[in-house]
Amino acid sequence: MSDVEEIRHKISAFIASEILKDPDRAIAPDEPLISSGLIDSFSLVDRALFIEDTFGVRIDDAELTADVFDTIDELAGFIKARRDSNA
Amino acid sequence: MTQTVADNILTSFREHPDKVALVLQSPQGDEEITFRDLVHGSSAYAHVYAQAGILPGEPVILLLQQGRSLVEAFFGAVLHGSVPSIMPFLTEKLSPERYRASLEALIEITQPSALVTYPEFQSEVERARKEGDSVRSLLLSHEIPPVGDLALDSLQGLKRDPQDLVLLQHSSGTTGLQKGVALSHRAVLNQVDSYGQAIHMTADDVVVSWLPLYHDMGLIAGFIMPILKRAELVLMSPFDWVKAPYRLFRAVSDYGGTLSWLPNFAYNFCSQKIRDRDLEGVDLSTWRAVINCSEPMRWESHEMFYERFRDYGFKREALATCYAMAENVFAVTQGGIGESVTVDPIDGDRLRSESQAAPVADSESALRMLSAGKPISNTRIRIVDEAGRTLPDRQIGEIALQGNSLLSGYYHRPELTQEAFLDGWYLTGDLGYTVESELFVTGRRKEIIIVGGKNIFPQDLEYLASQVPGVHPGRVVAFGIYNEDIGTEEVAIVAEVDPEYEDRRHEISREIRSVINQGSDVAVRYIETVDRGWLIKTSSGKTARGANREKYLQMTGRI
Repeated sequence: MSDVEEIRHKISAFIASEILKDPDRAIAPDEPLISSGLIDSFSLVDRALFIEDTFGVRIDDAELTADVFDTIDELAGFIKARRDSNA
Repeated sequence: MTQTVADNILTSFREHPDKVALVLQSPQGDEEITFRDLVHGSSAYAHVYAQAGILPGEPVILLLQQGRSLVEAFFGAVLHGSVPSIMPFLTEKLSPERYRASLEALIEITQPSALVTYPEFQSEVERARKEGDSVRSLLLSHEIPPVGDLALDSLQGLKRDPQDLVLLQHSSGTTGLQKGVALSHRAVLNQVDSYGQAIHMTADDVVVSWLPLYHDMGLIAGFIMPILKRAELVLMSPFDWVKAPYRLFRAVSDYGGTLSWLPNFAYNFCSQKIRDRDLEGVDLSTWRAVINCSEPMRWESHEMFYERFRDYGFKREALATCYAMAENVFAVTQGGIGESVTVDPIDGDRLRSESQAAPVADSESALRMLSAGKPISNTRIRIVDEAGRTLPDRQIGEIALQGNSLLSGYYHRPELTQEAFLDGWYLTGDLGYTVESELFVTGRRKEIIIVGGKNIFPQDLEYLASQVPGVHPGRVVAFGIYNEDIGTEEVAIVAEVDPEYEDRRHEISREIRSVINQGSDVAVRYIETVDRGWLIKTSSGKTARGANREKYLQMTGRI
């Protein structure tokens, strides 16, 4: 599994089981998360904390909007880029 | 005491023009607004309303985000004598079609003569208007020229009588918008006076709030009351807070905050989701009351909050409680000021089976009820049975109230107003019991779901879910399930699926989630698709939400 694929997989599993309470729910990499309401505002912080704990990438609260990243693809790209620039 | 809200604001302006009325916080920085600034900015709006031919007494709907324009458009309406109503702004997730439908419904029932919004939002608002509707002007926030000469004496708002309406307050959603709580100047000032006494509020207090202004707790406790009492208000947007809850604690520390109001879920949310690094150097010792209000209050949430923040100077005695509703302007009772909140350990089983609050020894198995405190001085409460007879202490019944800050009526809905009163007592629809003069709220008769302090009407969610192909029309039920971990209710939907859609259940669940998340103010948590005939109906053919909730909880092994 490539780096980005693994990141995608972990985020998708987290959202399905912890936020949607539906572990079987598959989330497409290009499925909108925030603008579709799949992730509500109360869960934004959860997602940020999960990403920091799992990937060591800190997301600023100003970045928690659909404009910055709305899909798992965009998120995974962001995480990968941050990690690479820190490496 | 001044006679109207406009008098009060202008008196503060004359006597303390340089006092800071509020500080607006945003990630871009803090903006101080003195009473002089407030009156200048609001007069500019008042002037524009007058020029647009808006008459005193006419409703004006404000479609603005939490910020300076909203504050000025609101008080501008008050200074002009018109009646402002704040509608929640479109959120990232809400579908523009649903928002438009809500706005159309609000225009229809409220008959506003003006709408105020941003230029970027103009075309969206235009789409909600209909030929021949009541709206005469659509005013844009950037087209408000500053006033050179204040000409305060010519303000129409100074000619209002205390019994005239000062504002309208709506719950959200299709159902909530139908019931605009109409409040008079007198009711608001009576509330501010009486509630101010109950919490010992003075001009030295500093209120810190992230609550939205379209909800009674945010509008009254977190906006109007501190300004009328000349206490400093530090206000941030709920959207900024929810993404960075530590901002509340930073603001309290930076400004010496003394008072805040929070819905119960926020105690859990703040306790669980803030990193230590974001609290470095924070001092919460000035916080004298953090008041839990607007959804069922939990002892566990208070404990969690205290344990999390005690090391930052948070004092246990600052934990306070309140029972409030828009129909009484805001507060009905207040607890925990100058004394600790009374905890009443009762037998949870007997509460459910016998409608009795039977006291038991305090232990893990007891249901630890938090007192909502005593009625504020202008409000009386009674617990009544279905025939309206007063019940003795410790018997569960409906909470009824009387006082001088009650609503003038539901706007343009005299039949709803009449239904809400029994022999001069307002029937709240909430259930509770008293012990001596203290009130304990146990539940509600009306089937409202409260998520994070927001009232959600199940019929709105059921209507949305019924739109999904494959869901049998009318065979959907929505209800709340309390989640102890997050300190609030989560929404569950049970929907009957037609047999020919049997193999599409997964897709149907997904669509229900999507249509509700984008069509309402909540995100649905649990969705169960069931066979035809699963749902229990009452003998009159209505959906029995309570019985179906029980059935669902049993099926999923929760009880």
